[in-house]
Amino acid sequence: MTTVSAPPGAAQAASSAPRPDTRRRHPRLPFSPWHLLLAPTALLFAVPLIWVALSSVMSNAEINRFPPALWPSHLDLGGYRYVLGNAMFPRWFANSFVVSLVTVTANLVLGTLGGYAFARMRFAGSRLLLGLMLATMAIPFQLTMIPTFLVMRQLGLIDTLGALIVPSLVTPFSVFLLRQFFLSLPRELEEAAWIDGCSRLHVLWRIVLPLSRPALSTVAVLTFLSTWNDLTWPLIAINHDTQYTLQLGLTTFQGQHHTQWAAVMAGNVITVLPVLLAFLGAQKAFIQSITSTGLKG
Amino acid sequence: MSRLPTPITVSGPPDSRRALRRRRTGEAAMAWTFVSPAVLIIIGLSVVPIIWSLLLSFQADDLVTPSRWVGPDNYRALAQDPHFSQALRNTLLYTALYVPASMAVGLLLALALNRRIRFVGLYRTLYFVPFVVSATAQGVLFSFILDPEFGAANAVLHHLGIPSQGFLTDPSQALPVLVAISLWSGTGFCLVIYLAALQDVPASLIEAARLDGAGRLQLLRHVTLPALRPVTVFLLLWQTIESLQTFDLVYVTTKGGPLGSTTVIVYFIWQQAFQNATAGYGAASAYVLAVALGLIGLILQFVRRRVQGASA
Repeated sequence: MTTVSAPPGAAQAASSAPRPDTRRRHPRLPFSPWHLLLAPTALLFAVPLIWVALSSVMSNAEINRFPPALWPSHLDLGGYRYVLGNAMFPRWFANSFVVSLVTVTANLVLGTLGGYAFARMRFAGSRLLLGLMLATMAIPFQLTMIPTFLVMRQLGLIDTLGALIVPSLVTPFSVFLLRQFFLSLPRELEEAAWIDGCSRLHVLWRIVLPLSRPALSTVAVLTFLSTWNDLTWPLIAINHDTQYTLQLGLTTFQGQHHTQWAAVMAGNVITVLPVLLAFLGAQKAFIQSITSTGLKG
Repeated sequence: MSRLPTPITVSGPPDSRRALRRRRTGEAAMAWTFVSPAVLIIIGLSVVPIIWSLLLSFQADDLVTPSRWVGPDNYRALAQDPHFSQALRNTLLYTALYVPASMAVGLLLALALNRRIRFVGLYRTLYFVPFVVSATAQGVLFSFILDPEFGAANAVLHHLGIPSQGFLTDPSQALPVLVAISLWSGTGFCLVIYLAALQDVPASLIEAARLDGAGRLQLLRHVTLPALRPVTVFLLLWQTIESLQTFDLVYVTTKGGPLGSTTVIVYFIWQQAFQNATAGYGAASAYVLAVALGLIGLILQFVRRRVQGASA
């Protein structure tokens, strides 16, 4: 793979020939010595999550003695029973689910429409609007959160899921990412269909969107992650516990049930599991989304 | 790709071009229909609030009764508020500890993973998983592990014969512990970005240097690290902005305590605006943060241009 211009066999010759190698020969390990660094650190990263899962099926007595048990003596589902029965976790889960679903869908639809118009359609002021939109990406949320709260209160949305959905129906990130992707598609395909009399919407739906899967999944993945995991805005916009999201519910629940660690950890598992499953199921898309937005910055 | 229509009509007769022009005239209205939801929401919920925030920062506002114009009093009070300067100090310390550590560990692990060894995929997954865990869940999880009385961390220390620690309840430990928790979740991000960048370093470049007799360390210093410079600047910008805006983890674990030792600037803003009902004061501190973030962003953008200019 490296010596393209060399004749066959040259690569092997080069690697077996003595070369100025400053490496000392280690006594041979049956595995690469890098595992000695990688394996313990990987364990360090994994242990906290494993510990949550284990504690969620322990009894409170096992957890609250000192030193605590490191392995559950038997499967105790009391924590889950409490969280699903007495507490409002199912309600909070549903709230988080609705907010995430609506936000992701809205970002896909509105981001596609906006991104396509900015990429392909001509209209007065498009440059200015795009620039303005890009500039808003640099505004920290802390600067807008107080007035956004006041706006939502004017609209009568405080303490409803609407207050959580409306401000993030479409983000400049979604619009801009999709615009960049649409610009990278060959223009000829669309123009041909357009001249043949297809409407813009038809072209968008039939020709552009089928080619845009990677960009759409990036928008969906990153929007879901930030919506599901957000705490700051729900904390500001929601007071009543029937409207809590999972994140807000979990932290409040922990505050009220300080010694019932099994139940708190069961709640934690329920909060983390959807994102974890989504990540493990679509790991490649996840990591690609993050690196592509990171590397292109 | 094969089921798409072939673009035969593009180079067709001139009347198709006239049709194109005719359709373009009706296009502006269509385009506005497409962009108006996004424009309304994005501009409406950012440009309007920015101006509103600015006006607010010159007012005394408790979010209930009508506000009162106070001029630059809020900013003047901020300059003298010991809680604000403590929040600034805490935020800067947190950033100074977290950003270099997350990038260094991320780079080290990425370099270790960027070779042909077994379980690369598994390692990457394990390192990256904490990144998708919400700050809330992280906070609840580590409050449990680091609980001074019942936590597993003190149990392990007990086994090793080390006395129990206060962790998040100890004013001198709380902030470094928060940094450690953030490292657990944030290092994977740096690792994944670095790893992708490493895989973009042309193999021919490395092979050429190796044939010229470069050893491993020389290769790292003169080939690999220079190639990573643009990504490093990006990560520096990203991680700095993220850590200056830390809030969720602090809210869940320490609520700014003990003794204000973990009150970071966004926590201060939130407290002023939504707990103490001094929204004007909160808006003023948010403006200070935003200006600081803007300056850092500009400086690093400038560095980035130069780095990219040098490597291109």
